[in-house]
Amino acid sequence: MESKVLRIKDLACPDCANNIGQVLKKNKGVLNAEVSFMTGKLTVEYDPGVINLDDIKKAVERLGYEAEE
Amino acid sequence: MGKKEVRLVIPAAIIAVGWVSKYAGSRPAYDGAMLAASIILGYDVVKSAFASLRYGVISINLLVFIAALGGIYLGEYWEAAAVTFLFVFGSYLEARALGRTRNALGALVKEVPTEANVLRGGETVKIDVSEIKVGEIVVVKPGEKIPADGKVLKGRAAVDEAAITGESMPRLKKPGDSVYSTTLNTEGYLEIEAEKVGKNTLFSKIIHLVEEAQEKKANTQRFIERFSKYYTPAIIVISFVTYILTRNLRLSITFLVIACPGALVISTPVSIVSAIGNGAKNGIIVKGGSSLEKAGGIRMVAFDKTGTLTKGKPKVYGVKGLGIDDSEVLRIAASVETYSEHPLAKAIIRRAKEDNLRTFIPEDFQVVVGQGAKALYGGEAYYAGSRRLMESSGIEIGGHAMEYADAEQQKGSTVVYVAKDRVIGIITVRDELKEDAAGTISRLRNMGIKTYMLTGDNERVAGAVAAGLGLDGYFAGLLPDDKLSVINRLREKGKVAMVGDGINDAPALAAADMGIAIKGAADVTVETADMVVVSESIERVAYGIRLSRATLNNLRTNIAFSIFVVAALLLGVVRGSVFLATGMFFHEVSVLLVIFNGIRLMGYRMK
Repeated sequence: MESKVLRIKDLACPDCANNIGQVLKKNKGVLNAEVSFMTGKLTVEYDPGVINLDDIKKAVERLGYEAEE
Repeated sequence: MGKKEVRLVIPAAIIAVGWVSKYAGSRPAYDGAMLAASIILGYDVVKSAFASLRYGVISINLLVFIAALGGIYLGEYWEAAAVTFLFVFGSYLEARALGRTRNALGALVKEVPTEANVLRGGETVKIDVSEIKVGEIVVVKPGEKIPADGKVLKGRAAVDEAAITGESMPRLKKPGDSVYSTTLNTEGYLEIEAEKVGKNTLFSKIIHLVEEAQEKKANTQRFIERFSKYYTPAIIVISFVTYILTRNLRLSITFLVIACPGALVISTPVSIVSAIGNGAKNGIIVKGGSSLEKAGGIRMVAFDKTGTLTKGKPKVYGVKGLGIDDSEVLRIAASVETYSEHPLAKAIIRRAKEDNLRTFIPEDFQVVVGQGAKALYGGEAYYAGSRRLMESSGIEIGGHAMEYADAEQQKGSTVVYVAKDRVIGIITVRDELKEDAAGTISRLRNMGIKTYMLTGDNERVAGAVAAGLGLDGYFAGLLPDDKLSVINRLREKGKVAMVGDGINDAPALAAADMGIAIKGAADVTVETADMVVVSESIERVAYGIRLSRATLNNLRTNIAFSIFVVAALLLGVVRGSVFLATGMFFHEVSVLLVIFNGIRLMGYRMK
């Protein structure tokens, strides 16, 4: 299991932050994902054998946000 | 112009073209332009909405999409274009405003120096900050930032410690003084022995604590977030039911727009993060939103005495020999206390050293907890300690000694009796009050807060100090456990904050409605505290409470305003005077106003 912290750019509402976390958590291989609306930080725990960081970033992009390391 | 801006400007231009064509009399061109703008703007909204929906998560984007689609179905192309434009543009502005607040902390991190000059093999070498080793000698020239925590070995300098304490008045640093990473040497030259480097410096710890605090959610915020998980889907259901019942599509889709969780959800986190950022800039670490909520309602403040109201460095103030030389009294006292770790003992030993007195090494030694020490030398017993120690050792204190001691205690001094078979002298020790102690007490009183002092000192000393400061009350002769029960007793009358520094204050800090740890506090005390004052300045306690009150006011204004806007819009929808564009406009404006009001706290200053 790996844990990474990414910064999400352009988060406009707390609801959006929640959504990103909820959607990521439903991706296979993602064990936990939590977005802090205030700091814009995404803390994600995942199994690198199932999903890689690029996939996670792409999943965030599909929702209309950018995730930076 | 970035990608996001282009995606806003193009549809905005198309909308403008649409309006021009309308006035030019071309209805189809107007409708066409609005439809085109809706589609361009809607593309990202739809994409995001479905990306969430795929995982069963209903987002605000979906609400906006349904509303716009409804507008198009009704042939209200302008409304559809306007609602999507305002939504995308509003989110863009909100993200930018919030981004600036988020960056405030990033700006703090950037203040850390990146390079350092160290002495290696007799030469000054420029190295990366991460390469400094503990114990190395760091050279700091004027205008440079100190790169590590440490002690001054050589040189004198005026150091601006604002990065840590928020106080920009430079302080003189001379050999033996402690200096901290990221503070600025404004003038002078320093050679420093590095004691803490990298992540272990005080500054790094502050940043870490503040970051942690910003992520911690306040109670109201947690509630709102849990609520919003069900809120958004519920809106869709309600809107659908409304349509079934009324067959009024216009009403149903407008409801979707104005019911978007907006200002109300955003109000709490923005105000709190701004307040935490303000605290960090001003030498106060607030441990999160709930701490601010608690601090705002404080009615009483209880202070630990030593190290909190006083400087915590007792000094020998007077030595009086009774029948023997003063210096002999000091020499005996220092010898008896040789192995004692008590602050009073340390003050006496320090003074004896300063006076170059040659102390003896006791043959036997015993500390009597809370009373003093006994020692054996040359077959004779010596004592140094409180009146209790004298009494329990069967030594009579003469009338003359008693009178002198009483007079000294009235002045706020602690009295140490020195005895052999009888009392041979009295040493008075005083722990000076911090310069800003009295000012802080009166400031708190003006805020309607009652102040108390908790101390292990005896009644008389405590009374003198309390009267001098203008405290509302004091509790003397307390053992560490007693502090806890005093706090519990005070809590029966209202919300209490406890301010302290020592490990022995930790239980009281935890028991109080709010714990405030002050600089130099032990790690446990910092852990249990809700607020940490980074400097010695006790006045920051008043600032912290003021800031918390301002935050609560700010929050309440935001919440009241948000509720008012939603209520007004709802009324407008029911009466049919608010449709998609107007609804979204007021919705977005209210969100922005709430954000700006919250951000204002970043600039809050105490008058």
